[in-house]
Amino acid sequence: MILSIAEALGSRATRATRSVGKMGLFLGASLARAAVPPYRGRNILKQVHFIGVKSVFVIVLTAAFTGMVLALQGFYTLRKFGSEGLLGSAVALSLIRELGPVLSALMVTGRAGSALTAEIGIMRIGEQIDSLETMGIDPIRFLVAPRLVGFLLSMPLLTAIFDVVGIYGGYLVGVKLLGVNAGVYLGQMEASVELGDVTNGIWKSLAFALLIAWVCTFKGYFTRHGAEGVSQATTSAVVVSSVLVLVCDYFLTSVLL
Amino acid sequence: MHDGAHEKNVSNPVSDGKGGICAPCSLEPYTGGSREPILRLVDVEKTLDGRKVLDGVTLEIPRSQITAIIGLSGAGKSLLLKHMIGLMKPDRGQVLLDGVDINRLSRKGLYEARNRFGMLFQTGALFDSLTVFENVAFPLREKTEMAEEEIRENVRRILRHVGLEKAEEKFPDELSGGMVRRVALARAVVMDPEILLFDEPTTGLDPIIRNSILNLICRTYHQDHFTMVMISHDLPDIFHWCHHVVVVHSGKVVEVGTPAEIQNSINPFVRQLVDGDIAGPVQMM
Repeated sequence: MILSIAEALGSRATRATRSVGKMGLFLGASLARAAVPPYRGRNILKQVHFIGVKSVFVIVLTAAFTGMVLALQGFYTLRKFGSEGLLGSAVALSLIRELGPVLSALMVTGRAGSALTAEIGIMRIGEQIDSLETMGIDPIRFLVAPRLVGFLLSMPLLTAIFDVVGIYGGYLVGVKLLGVNAGVYLGQMEASVELGDVTNGIWKSLAFALLIAWVCTFKGYFTRHGAEGVSQATTSAVVVSSVLVLVCDYFLTSVLL
Repeated sequence: MHDGAHEKNVSNPVSDGKGGICAPCSLEPYTGGSREPILRLVDVEKTLDGRKVLDGVTLEIPRSQITAIIGLSGAGKSLLLKHMIGLMKPDRGQVLLDGVDINRLSRKGLYEARNRFGMLFQTGALFDSLTVFENVAFPLREKTEMAEEEIRENVRRILRHVGLEKAEEKFPDELSGGMVRRVALARAVVMDPEILLFDEPTTGLDPIIRNSILNLICRTYHQDHFTMVMISHDLPDIFHWCHHVVVVHSGKVVEVGTPAEIQNSINPFVRQLVDGDIAGPVQMM
């Protein structure tokens, strides 16, 4: 009995270790292919369009309402202490340091990451990846590296858009709706936000981009068992990416603060 | 590989057995080729999920001839093909391409070796986001420095050969099963490979389309004399379309010979497979 439990635990641990190792090797191979020419500019541009441009609408929408709700909550909380004037800096710092990178990453995972996993997964089960291999074309260089670069280029820009739109959403609610002085809102924001806050946000968005691209391409690349396998891989990619983004956010914050 | 049989075969390759003419595509048979193998599998073993799927396979693929691999579903035929092109690595044994073990090559070396191959998958494996033209042009664009005009010329010539010149703007999901296989064949030959591997090129097609695909393969063979390896379930028809037959069962090669030899085999499994008997060493129920 004890032996079989130990065996089961050992087997699980071995599988988990192997899986982590496989993911590590996959990331290493993807980064190496992305770093070494040829860079496949057109393919990268296509990915930036898919991951970045096509995510702008959802990012703008999410950012606007996030900024608005932040302003609403912040205003009533700060009013208790008579500090409504700090609304601008509260909204801006929350967005630039935390919510901008994290929510952008979660939105992009749902919109582009899932599609990417499904696309590569379907290519896998449809033998299209094998087909690339038989033509002597490296599928990691051809499929994974451009997507990885696409994520790395798009995420900081999407995060910047998120921050700007969110701050403006907060401005609309705080200034136009709740009557905070516009000069105070913007002035406080300018006084409290430092360059370090912005660069921390960018570092986070780059880390999340790497994480999402890694998990989503890995899940797609090793999809098995037909249509059901693609659906499982897609779900798993979104869940794992989202959880890892939040976990990674905590550790990055503790390092960068 | 079966010298006497080979002599008999060379005088009547890809034949209807009535005088050396390739009946299905009505072309004169190719009597060249070489007995020297281009590909050799030596004692190849592979275990997947605890099951030995290839068990000491030793096999030679003769140059410039058509070899058919037959056997039951799950016998390991597709795995054999994947080992030949280096898509899978054996746990033991060697896959020798002109004497060089492809599993000992660097990644770059392996990709270069694969330039000598073309492969047609059972599903066609066309890129579904690309048109027919783009699918066929894909290897030329990715692997050569050819000018766009030259690529267009080459692709159109090959599409004409497979009878799909009017479908070049279509996407794979707008094509019938037979058309998908023809596009896949066009893509497989566009780089002018030495060896063509076919994984059940006619499975799931009606008899007329199936014969048209086999006819096309045969015409392609007569035109360019590729070395061809074809997995097939089309028994007994496949015996008209190949020079050599390899019978695989439970991950082992149970018999190799000419179509005539295989059809006259006394091996009980081969007999059951050729005759399609329910009774025999393999019990399905």
